[in-house]
Amino acid sequence: MSQRPTLSQQPTHGGCVLYRETPSQTAGPYVHIGLALDVAGIPLRDEEIWSRLATPEADGELIEVVGTVIDGNGDLVRDAFLEAWQADAHGDYQPDYALNRPFNSFGRTATTAEAGSEWSFTTVKPGRVPAANGKPMAPHINLAIFARGINVHLQTRLYFDDEGEANAECPVLGAIESPTRRQTLIARREEGANGTPRYRLDIRLQGDGETVFFEF
Amino acid sequence: MKNTDNKRFIPRERNWHPPAYAPGYKTTVARSPRQAPVSLQHPSRSELTGPNFASLRLGPHDNDLLLNFREDPALAGQAGLPIGERIVMFGRVVDQLGKPVPETLVEMWQANAGGRYRHKKDQYMAPLDPNFGGVGRCITDEQGWYHFRTIRPGPYPWPNDINSWRPAHIHVSVMGPAISTRLVTQMYFEGDPLIPHCPIVHTLNDPEAVDTLIGRLDMARSRSMDYLAYRFDIVTRGELQTYFEPGATL
Repeated sequence: MSQRPTLSQQPTHGGCVLYRETPSQTAGPYVHIGLALDVAGIPLRDEEIWSRLATPEADGELIEVVGTVIDGNGDLVRDAFLEAWQADAHGDYQPDYALNRPFNSFGRTATTAEAGSEWSFTTVKPGRVPAANGKPMAPHINLAIFARGINVHLQTRLYFDDEGEANAECPVLGAIESPTRRQTLIARREEGANGTPRYRLDIRLQGDGETVFFEF
Repeated sequence: MKNTDNKRFIPRERNWHPPAYAPGYKTTVARSPRQAPVSLQHPSRSELTGPNFASLRLGPHDNDLLLNFREDPALAGQAGLPIGERIVMFGRVVDQLGKPVPETLVEMWQANAGGRYRHKKDQYMAPLDPNFGGVGRCITDEQGWYHFRTIRPGPYPWPNDINSWRPAHIHVSVMGPAISTRLVTQMYFEGDPLIPHCPIVHTLNDPEAVDTLIGRLDMARSRSMDYLAYRFDIVTRGELQTYFEPGATL
């Protein structure tokens, strides 16, 4: 056994010892080697977790969501890695990830210089999920952003600009004090390639139009 | 759908984790939000659920970096071995209450013995190893244990200060039971003299936090004439049942 304890303890919580969460560190510039092999230029394994959450057989409207990540100087971040977590078209999360399903709630993508520094997911538009108080939240995709220079991943949400009514009553959007800042989470619908609707959201890490990030 | 309505996770201690803005690590300067994060006081299913990868089909060598890469794919799992210190990296994923986190996906990536990453963008002059890729993944067992077999990565220089070197490290990614527990971190190696010089390590304010990121040499689990073992336990946020949630019914 090792000589020193590897875990750090903090004061008790309800009589139990509480260990401290392992602290985060940046994913660094080569995150793709581990989590986005294709981007790193490493041969793929049989099953990879990637950016297609839904096939055309999945229930709901097939869509693309795309965007960029922009730093505090207004420059494109070319080495970001993103994870998506969303409900299916009926508003249910599908935790059991399997590549043979028409829909998975989870996906990964990355920005690269080769792809114009854009990330993208192919998915279906999520249904509404209840908030803690049971009231429905507006359709949204939870996004986590990892990159060199980001010490703890940033958590945000993507909403849809054609869900005006649902957005207006969403308790989470409502928890953002500044109505101006709420707009930073709303993806714009645009003309997509070969008939698939596309929504665009640029994530601004810092400064003018800074995206809202959540802690939870 | 599993009922999540009475579940919550122990809040993250933001002063224990590194701050977003840590100017000694220069890239954080333009990549850290200036605005305060918005706190979700009452998490919903969106935050309290997450993917389970028990059904992901892993390859037989996905957690064995000594065997899982050959430049000629026809030679995968055979022919030459990578050059470097053979090690096993292992440990347990537990939550803050000490409960094992079973069936969770642990992923890792690293440079080779010379500090060179097999990534298009890494131009460091140290050569690639034709028998080393640098990526692994596994699912924790019922007791939360994971293990990888690999070679110890080398330190490498990076353009931060005039002469910055990363200590030897292995990047580690853990999902845990929900997106609330999602964690990406780095394991360092016990006794590495570069640790106190590293601006990324120094994003952590508490020396005890640094200590928890150091993999410990474990002679008992090392194998004679074969490999050394390093133990790295990972703690994910504790899961609590909330019996009363007054705010939620307002």
